[in-house]
Amino acid sequence: MSEEKWTVKFVIFRKKGDQPARYDSYVLEVDPEEYVIDGVERIWAFHDRSLIFAHACHHSTCGACGMRVNDVEKLTCITKIRDVTTNGGTLKIEPMRNFPIIGDLVVDMTRMYAAMDRVHAKAVHPLSAAPLEGEDIRPPRDVPRNNGNEYLRLADCIECGLCISACPVAGTAENYLGPAVLAAAQLQGLKHNPDLLDVVDCADGLWRCHSAYECTAVCPSNVDPGWRIMDLRRQVVGERLKRWFVKA
Amino acid sequence: METSKKPNTRGILDWFDPRGRNVGGWGFIINRLSAIGLTVYLYLHLYMLGKLAQGPEAFDAFIETAKQPAIMFGEMLVIIAGLYHGFNGLRIALNSFGIAVPAQRQLLYGVVGITLIGTVVFGVRMLTTH
Repeated sequence: MSEEKWTVKFVIFRKKGDQPARYDSYVLEVDPEEYVIDGVERIWAFHDRSLIFAHACHHSTCGACGMRVNDVEKLTCITKIRDVTTNGGTLKIEPMRNFPIIGDLVVDMTRMYAAMDRVHAKAVHPLSAAPLEGEDIRPPRDVPRNNGNEYLRLADCIECGLCISACPVAGTAENYLGPAVLAAAQLQGLKHNPDLLDVVDCADGLWRCHSAYECTAVCPSNVDPGWRIMDLRRQVVGERLKRWFVKA
Repeated sequence: METSKKPNTRGILDWFDPRGRNVGGWGFIINRLSAIGLTVYLYLHLYMLGKLAQGPEAFDAFIETAKQPAIMFGEMLVIIAGLYHGFNGLRIALNSFGIAVPAQRQLLYGVVGITLIGTVVFGVRMLTTH
């Protein structure tokens, strides 16, 4: 933490039950190296204990603290205040879009979890299916073996829902599976999970995507759902052609 | 506490909200706008063709009207929409076969570039012809 102090106005979305939505403002003195969730917690702790928000791990593992920060989906536990506003600036904090609001900044993510069940999303994957990726990490050329068995690793997706919130199509297609779910299906592969074909190859499956790539832009966990949806399309076309020729 | 089951969305307004959007999101917004514009133009075009059924005088009178600057500007918008929507469709089709997905942003810049060049060419031809 630095000695530097900024004055930042937090404008927080508030809504309880059927009450109309409103925005409450709080002016805080913050360290710009702090994270957005720190400011939200401080508002709850020292200004308004009725503020509802979700958080848990504080290190981008649980995916609970996804919110819209100045109109952009952010995982607030890894979003530094310095990166999203300036000294004397404003931070508008809103709940994610495209999910029902439970209260204030918390949304009901049943839509995503139920869809994850439909594609049998797994928490761990073989290393070859979910290789390490990122700015400084490249997929391994040779997947190491553990006494002949492939190593497993946690899937990248932390199910934060930011991609579904950022998707412009998810707002007008309530039954659309959504980027995170389609990415989970892609990760498993249609070759090894042929029953997924009918789940994803439908009007509310991967053909609903209109290639805005906002999912990839906001994903805090290197999942790259946009690429995975396009790869899943390639898999689906290949699988359909194969079945067509086999039937013929 | 009673909670709403209705998703937190503004419906199709969110399609066109440019706030916080990235390059791909802007591509999506322009794609939607150009689609709506081309659909409206299709009906205008059918209306114009309907003038043929009213005889040559009615059609010629309509063509004279179409030479007004406002109509010519509209034609320019149709060209912009057609070029952008067509070439962006190719971009999306390529991506949908898993081709050049990591370069989707650069492809979009290319689509915008082709649209601008095509618009300038059409504009010069239109202004020199009339």
